[in-house]
Amino acid sequence: MGFLGQVGAWLSNPSRWQGVDGIPNRVGEHLFLSGLAVGIAILIALPLGVLLGHTGRGGFAAINVANMGRALPSMALLAFALPLAFSLGLGLGFWPTLLAMIPLAVPPILTNSFVAVREVDRDVLEAARGMGFREWHVLSEVELPLAAPLIIVGVRNAAVAVVATATLGALVAGGGLGRYIIDGLALQEYERLVVGAILVALLAVAVELAFGIVERLAVSTGARADSAQRDAPETASPR
Amino acid sequence: MADRSPGHDALLTTGGRGATVELRDVSKQFGPAVKGTAGAVNNLSIEVPPGEICVLVGPSGCGKTTTLKMVNRLVEPTSGQVLIDGQDVQRIEVTALRRRIGYVIQQTGLFPHQTIGRNVATVPRLLGWPEERIRARVDELLRLIGLEPERVRDRYPSQLSGGERQRVGVARAMAAEPPVMLMDEPFGAVDPIVRERLQNEFLRLHRRLGTTVLLVTHDIDEAIKMGTRVAVMQQGGHLAQYAPPAELLTHPASEFVADFVGADRGLKRLSLMTVDDVELGRAATARLGEPVGAARARAGTASWILLLDADGRPEGWLSVGQLREDREITSELADPSSPIFTHETTLREAISRLLATAVQTGVVVDENGRYEGTLSLETVGAALRASAAESTNGAAVPSGAEPATERAQ
Repeated sequence: MGFLGQVGAWLSNPSRWQGVDGIPNRVGEHLFLSGLAVGIAILIALPLGVLLGHTGRGGFAAINVANMGRALPSMALLAFALPLAFSLGLGLGFWPTLLAMIPLAVPPILTNSFVAVREVDRDVLEAARGMGFREWHVLSEVELPLAAPLIIVGVRNAAVAVVATATLGALVAGGGLGRYIIDGLALQEYERLVVGAILVALLAVAVELAFGIVERLAVSTGARADSAQRDAPETASPR
Repeated sequence: MADRSPGHDALLTTGGRGATVELRDVSKQFGPAVKGTAGAVNNLSIEVPPGEICVLVGPSGCGKTTTLKMVNRLVEPTSGQVLIDGQDVQRIEVTALRRRIGYVIQQTGLFPHQTIGRNVATVPRLLGWPEERIRARVDELLRLIGLEPERVRDRYPSQLSGGERQRVGVARAMAAEPPVMLMDEPFGAVDPIVRERLQNEFLRLHRRLGTTVLLVTHDIDEAIKMGTRVAVMQQGGHLAQYAPPAELLTHPASEFVADFVGADRGLKRLSLMTVDDVELGRAATARLGEPVGAARARAGTASWILLLDADGRPEGWLSVGQLREDREITSELADPSSPIFTHETTLREAISRLLATAVQTGVVVDENGRYEGTLSLETVGAALRASAAESTNGAAVPSGAEPATERAQ
């Protein structure tokens, strides 16, 4: 029996599909932790990035600080998060992993929301102000809809990175799909290891695809880049 | 997103007709250290009567756009006052002010993520009009600018041509019937053929609406064509001259203005005058089928006779020398190469067409194509000299009191 057959046999054991260490529970844990980390990162980075982009001030400083978080290895972040979680009485597993994932998710969201808002056509903003939009309306009716595609890309990149990296949580006794990889290594049970790795990869791809759908639904036809210049009869002016 | 603000009722009631716009000693400096920065404005005073088109023209950096933006307070003046119908714009809440002033910019500034219909509806929505009224107004405006509502209403700006987008920008600015419109290089981003068409459309539209317009351009030809008054500005934000276009061309106030309007200002003046401004000449005429003898008798000493058909429409010129006594006049004998003008033809166009043909005389016809008189290079020259002399005597400079009729199309 080849290795693939062994993997198949491992998967067909009904005990793999139920209980705490079953695949559905591990996938659920993994998604919950990743979702929460990205959610918190959005709450921090999106308003900050949008505000900095709107005012156009201090944005690059903030982005540089945030990018230092990206430069730190995730393992190191986890190592920092562990004593922090202990000192806050949050214990092992879930919380230190969550704390380590947030700095990973913040930079792409912050950078993209800042750049997206700042890059909105100046003429469009001037027209909006000239017609009597209040600043709040400029932001909510013009800047955010036009920035949406790029912001969604930022969130997508953050989500994919977190889903892939959250496997490390198993090192600090967390749940999620990392369990299969860490335990598979420890037990020299390579079927387990491979299944874990494949599931993480599939999950990351699924997240990527899901955001593609979100973008289709959330972004106005006119704001999408690919609609530009479609079926314009007269020659459009050069810009 | 509608919200209303109190304290500007006077401005709100002026919808539908133009307002007086007055700039009093307005200055704008950008930063203390930099004197004479691009865009600065220096003690500018201009009064634009209701319903007129005031064109601000000058080289880049002369402060014309800054001046425009001080009217809707996108730029706040360092000193001086801007008054609309006597009311200081500083005393009007800024968003309320802007909702009553139409604003058109070069790149249109249309919202790319909103449909054409929604773009046009912007200010009415801000003002909180009921949905029904907004929908009716949008369709009315789209028709007014020559676009079919059914075709464009649900499209996005990127799906229209440059000229169509520019029209939509104008429609959006007019949506709430503002008494004042500000236009910053509104026809600058389209090719010359489309620009010419948009200019003519806008003049036609303006004649119907009577809005007071302030328009910025760097193109002196556009200024002369569009303006009932032209404010020529020069570097440092100084007003060099403020006058109706004809006066600008006949009497430039300074060397700078003379240079700016160009050495060909005589030719430019021709585009402000039409065939209507000229005393038409008379030609001997003959009818189709008439005996040659009768026609010849009428020609007297003239060597050419104009042949008309039964309805009085010109067929062409007959050379008296070539007519044979024993014949009837037929249309084959006539030379049809003479240009035909209407009353609306500008003298500039008339001259250019006269120069392009071998004939020195053009034929002027009425709206039904019937012969009215003739126009030659000499008569055009005489008219041009007469109008210059007239304004030198200080009399009858076209004052812009009847702006619509004297403008070139």
